[in-house]
Amino acid sequence: MNGSHSRFKITLLQVLVAVVFLLCWHIATTTPLFAEPKKMQFFFSTPIDVLARTWKQFTGGEIWYHLGITLTETVLAFVFGATGGVLCGFLFARKELLAAVFDPYIKAANALPRVVLAPIFALWFGLGIWSKVALGFTLVFFIVFFNVYQGVREVSQTVLANARMLGMNERQLMRHVYWPAAMTWMFSSLHTSVGFALVGAVVGEYLGSSAGLGYKIHEAESVFDVTGVFSGMLILTIFVIILDTIVTMIENRLLVWRPGQASTSANG
Amino acid sequence: MQGAGAIGVAADALAASPAVSLAGIDITFNLKDGGRYQAVSQINLDVAPGEFVAVVGPTGCGKSTLLNAAAGLLQPSAGKVGILGEPLRGLNLKAGYLFQLDALMPWKTALQNVAVALESQGVAGKEADERARAWLARVGLRAFTDRYPHMLSGGQKKRVALAQVLIRDPKILLMDEPFGPLDAQTRQIMGNLLLDLWSKDRKALMFVTHDLEEAISLSDRVVVMSAGPAAGIVGDYRVSLKRPRDIADIRLDKDFHEIHRQIWQTLKVEVQKAYAAGEGKDMVADGSHPGDGR
Repeated sequence: MNGSHSRFKITLLQVLVAVVFLLCWHIATTTPLFAEPKKMQFFFSTPIDVLARTWKQFTGGEIWYHLGITLTETVLAFVFGATGGVLCGFLFARKELLAAVFDPYIKAANALPRVVLAPIFALWFGLGIWSKVALGFTLVFFIVFFNVYQGVREVSQTVLANARMLGMNERQLMRHVYWPAAMTWMFSSLHTSVGFALVGAVVGEYLGSSAGLGYKIHEAESVFDVTGVFSGMLILTIFVIILDTIVTMIENRLLVWRPGQASTSANG
Repeated sequence: MQGAGAIGVAADALAASPAVSLAGIDITFNLKDGGRYQAVSQINLDVAPGEFVAVVGPTGCGKSTLLNAAAGLLQPSAGKVGILGEPLRGLNLKAGYLFQLDALMPWKTALQNVAVALESQGVAGKEADERARAWLARVGLRAFTDRYPHMLSGGQKKRVALAQVLIRDPKILLMDEPFGPLDAQTRQIMGNLLLDLWSKDRKALMFVTHDLEEAISLSDRVVVMSAGPAAGIVGDYRVSLKRPRDIADIRLDKDFHEIHRQIWQTLKVEVQKAYAAGEGKDMVADGSHPGDGR
């Protein structure tokens, strides 16, 4: 960001980009400039149709049910994944033998593209929400696990020596040094892990379910309803932006003691 | 006030059960490449109760290593560490340790950092907070109790660290170049604050520094260590400058110059040796593990 440009000017230009994009889209799909409008609309729909459909979905009420399902899956995947990741990361960081023995297996499991697990999970947990939660879990777990593992191992030796010299026993060290360090790293991966929880939920729904945003998009695709697909994508985008805003608010509240935000991410 | 003079180690050994007693200390590190590095060799040093001893030496001579042995943070390969007449086992919890680098818990406010130091003494909650608040006021941070370490300047962080150490009322203080990272003015202010707090109950204090002026202006006694490897003690000087001192003013004192000249003659030789040995070698001792040659 450059201080010489005012906030107003930037916002104006940002809106302009959106307007130009929508205008180009509109012209391309409603005038015979590139091809016959009917044909163009079959492939690209039109911005007005997409917006109208989206509006209808929100006012119609049915979409709220699907949003609720996706949100539930996302939250459950995040909560289970983060809890598992924190506990395992913590345990592995404190028990060197355990970390050494499991190191190759953890790496192998993380290297596996998680999408291939979706059909297996559908087989094991059915087509309901739990197969999506399981998929999201495998994504979130490793991000949080690696962050916490690294964070606990890299606690400043000076801070640790100082805490020891202040007479802290193992339990107090846990509470005042290791645990806050682990939580810090968990929170620094919050954006990434919430994002992946959602990816798990939507991909899972897309591959096989009867409810949720991923299902809605898949349903529209299977009947070549491009307007429905774009509308679903728009709703998904709005959903992600809201979720991300909430995460930022939580982060700002919990990490007040940090000078800047640093984060690492593992590949999903 | 009379000038300063050099006296032998033997004179201090007369004091009954020294606060810190290092006898025949050897510290050898096992290096990663399989070699060994002897940091200090045959160190004999006693710190009497109430005495302020500064340990100076060229960079990398093992003075911090020696301090860590007194703190129980590392085990000497040979020799005995005695604390208040008893052999030291494990960590030296009768001592407070002020680190060179930031040692505050970054996720706790100044107040929480100081209050948590009382937890091991079974003091917590309101009482701990109140006592921590009082200590922060004594180090001049009354208005900064709710700040996190990153919101404090280097000097302010040192003040918090000082309060954190002193609130436990340790019998012995160990300080490892605590004011090293600070700028010159802040160092002077912190030096005066330290003297002010120390003079109230005169704990035994072992202060490691590479700054000879700082060492003389603060302490009762300056111990000079030789250049590593296998550093030993090559000088032990009594500083009989009057107290209370202002560490900025005392540097203009005629006696200060005299003792500075005397100690510098010894220290200069060691600094030159360390320099000749190559800067790279000095750092070898850091980051390796204490020897197991017991």
